[in-house]
Amino acid sequence: MPYRVHLMVCAGTGCVSNGSLGVRDALEKEIHRRGLGGEVQVVTTGCNGFCGAGPLLVVQPDGIFYQQLTPKEIPLLVEEHLIKGRPVPKLMYVPPEEKVPIPKMSEIPFFKGQRLVALRNRGLIDPEKIEDYIARDGYTAFAKALTQMTPEQIIAEIKAAGLRGRGGAGFATGVKWEKVRQAVGEPKYIICNGDEGDPGAFMDRSIFESDPHSVIEGMLIGARAMGARWGVVYVRNEYPLALQRIQIAIEKAREYGLLGENIFETDFSFDISVTRGAGAFVCGEETALIASVEGRLGDPRARPPYPAEYGLWGKPTCINNVETWANVPPIILRGAKWYSQIGTESSKGTKVFSLVGKIRNTGLVEVPMGITLRELIYDIGGGIPGGKKFKAVQTGGPSGGCIPAGPLLDQPIVYDGRGERRPLSDALDLPIDYESLTDVGSMMGSGGLVVMDEDTCMVDVARYFLAFTQDESCGACTPCREGTKLMLDILTKIVEGHGTMEDLESLEEIGRVVKETSLCGLGKTAPNPVLTTLRYFRDEYIAHIQAHKCPAHVCRELNVYRIDPEICVQRGHGCGVCRRECPEKAIFGEKNQPHRIDQALCKKCGVCVDVCHFHAVIVE
Amino acid sequence: MPKLKLEDLAAIRDSARRMTSLREGAGRVRITVHMGTCGIAAGARAIMEAVLREIEERHLDDVLVTTSGCAGLCSREPMATVEIRGHPPVKYADLTEARVKTIFEEHILGGKIPVELALAIGSERTH
Repeated sequence: MPYRVHLMVCAGTGCVSNGSLGVRDALEKEIHRRGLGGEVQVVTTGCNGFCGAGPLLVVQPDGIFYQQLTPKEIPLLVEEHLIKGRPVPKLMYVPPEEKVPIPKMSEIPFFKGQRLVALRNRGLIDPEKIEDYIARDGYTAFAKALTQMTPEQIIAEIKAAGLRGRGGAGFATGVKWEKVRQAVGEPKYIICNGDEGDPGAFMDRSIFESDPHSVIEGMLIGARAMGARWGVVYVRNEYPLALQRIQIAIEKAREYGLLGENIFETDFSFDISVTRGAGAFVCGEETALIASVEGRLGDPRARPPYPAEYGLWGKPTCINNVETWANVPPIILRGAKWYSQIGTESSKGTKVFSLVGKIRNTGLVEVPMGITLRELIYDIGGGIPGGKKFKAVQTGGPSGGCIPAGPLLDQPIVYDGRGERRPLSDALDLPIDYESLTDVGSMMGSGGLVVMDEDTCMVDVARYFLAFTQDESCGACTPCREGTKLMLDILTKIVEGHGTMEDLESLEEIGRVVKETSLCGLGKTAPNPVLTTLRYFRDEYIAHIQAHKCPAHVCRELNVYRIDPEICVQRGHGCGVCRRECPEKAIFGEKNQPHRIDQALCKKCGVCVDVCHFHAVIVE
Repeated sequence: MPKLKLEDLAAIRDSARRMTSLREGAGRVRITVHMGTCGIAAGARAIMEAVLREIEERHLDDVLVTTSGCAGLCSREPMATVEIRGHPPVKYADLTEARVKTIFEEHILGGKIPVELALAIGSERTH
């Protein structure tokens, strides 16, 4: 019997770590206890996207959205909503600075501005049930591609749709497919790159977790188009849930005969194996990834030859990112014309972003290309918490760049996504597409988006990202191995207060060399965070060097801690907490007397700031 | 299991869709069974089961069923409201399983309101 209510419990990694499986168990128990087992179905779904508000539950068909649930609220929720039909306002989402809860998921600003193509099934299906996927037109696009289209027609459709690689570089997917189709050599391989390594990025993980069959179907269509016999899904081992769900999905597809020999009683045969990556950032680079699949050390090699000609086991190979594959079935099913209406002139379709950093609505969003930074950060992301000012946004992960708040007037000219180039009076109006982001010195990358507020030190940010890429550099080529190390040393010198003005020029010069001469994408992009912050936030570097000050008070070596004697005595009565807590015994004073810090002894750990209840410790 | 044929895919899709279409929240018909204390005491649970049974037996995939509280006329419970998209809602009172069947046959599938069973057409003013 069909159920009258479906309870969609988010079981993405974010919600699971917040305890959503406990919520699910409590729901099942309570529903059983109240005798609603035949009417109400509990479904565990993949990531819903609003990770900051988890654990999440959506009640369908009403579309009521509950957030931050714990098992102890479940009996009330079942009693009120499922038995009496009264949704429970106190468990709903309340926008910041407002008092009225928003019951419907479709009316919450975070969801309202999104357009789901790659994530079309998120929250609507149980990712471990192939029937749920099929119910949402799953494998219909593949059936169409196999029985009604020639390989050339499939490629023409992907080309006409304007789909570009979602892993970051933005190469035209249809063109890549055509190259592999025309390449000489058998068998041909296709690979799904799920080696998502950017800190704070979780787009690919989420697709594997919420809709693994969409990746398999995309690969089936690609295999048919390119004449590939085997596919490899490369997932990093740190993604246990993603790994488990894609493995279950592959097994189910095999059981149904959607993978294997003579699929749908035709002569088309294709199967997929899974390779687990050990978590090296460089393995996201295609030649390093291929080396890793072959069981060798994950080192990149010089291109050409490109994998399209000489790839896995020396055979023609097509590598696409998880999100790219997930975009393929809707394009085939609904047509290139439909798809190419979304987005801008040169960047078609949608893009998934993980929204993190100093932003209210942390989570995963999918938006049409060409949406502005303002719409993404303020309308969907809910803006910056704590009344702080927006300072910059970093796109493209550790190899991306920082885009500053304010005008971009000194910019060459910014592409507006509609064929015109013009300067921008406010960076927040920057349209998000491949060209615009490259124009301002950043890149689309795989979709990590880190928002920074006034409390962020841009020199420290540049150093953080460079430390990451320097650590992940494989060492195969000199510019990347030595160059990133040199740059990191200089940045460390600057944040510790020993930098010189010549260091800035050295940073730019080394950065340029590393960018131009490195072997692979890792080195070619590693200097980006440094070069963009030097371009947009040079005054912060100069403050560190000349005034020995960190304007955001982040670089502790440059901070001077001082106790305001008036506040200390009048408000705190010389309470002495800082004196007792100081690990260096650098604070002196008596009860009811002003305390002071001995600068010679102070190690600048900042504990005094954290422990003072009266905000008497001032950082300069 | 045997290998999937093209026809099988469509068959699985149609049967799976019947079980999951509710999640998309878009039905042609919405039936609200009033399940306040009065409704439950008067047998709303049996009415709910009858409604779900009708949907199952008739293979309907465009009918959504929800519950709500007391409609304010406790003496006439069990009650239900049937709303066909684009038409004003119709309230039915003093329901029995047989009457549920009639409502399905005449109103939901036939498009003709069985006026002898209907309590009111349209809804109260809320503002």
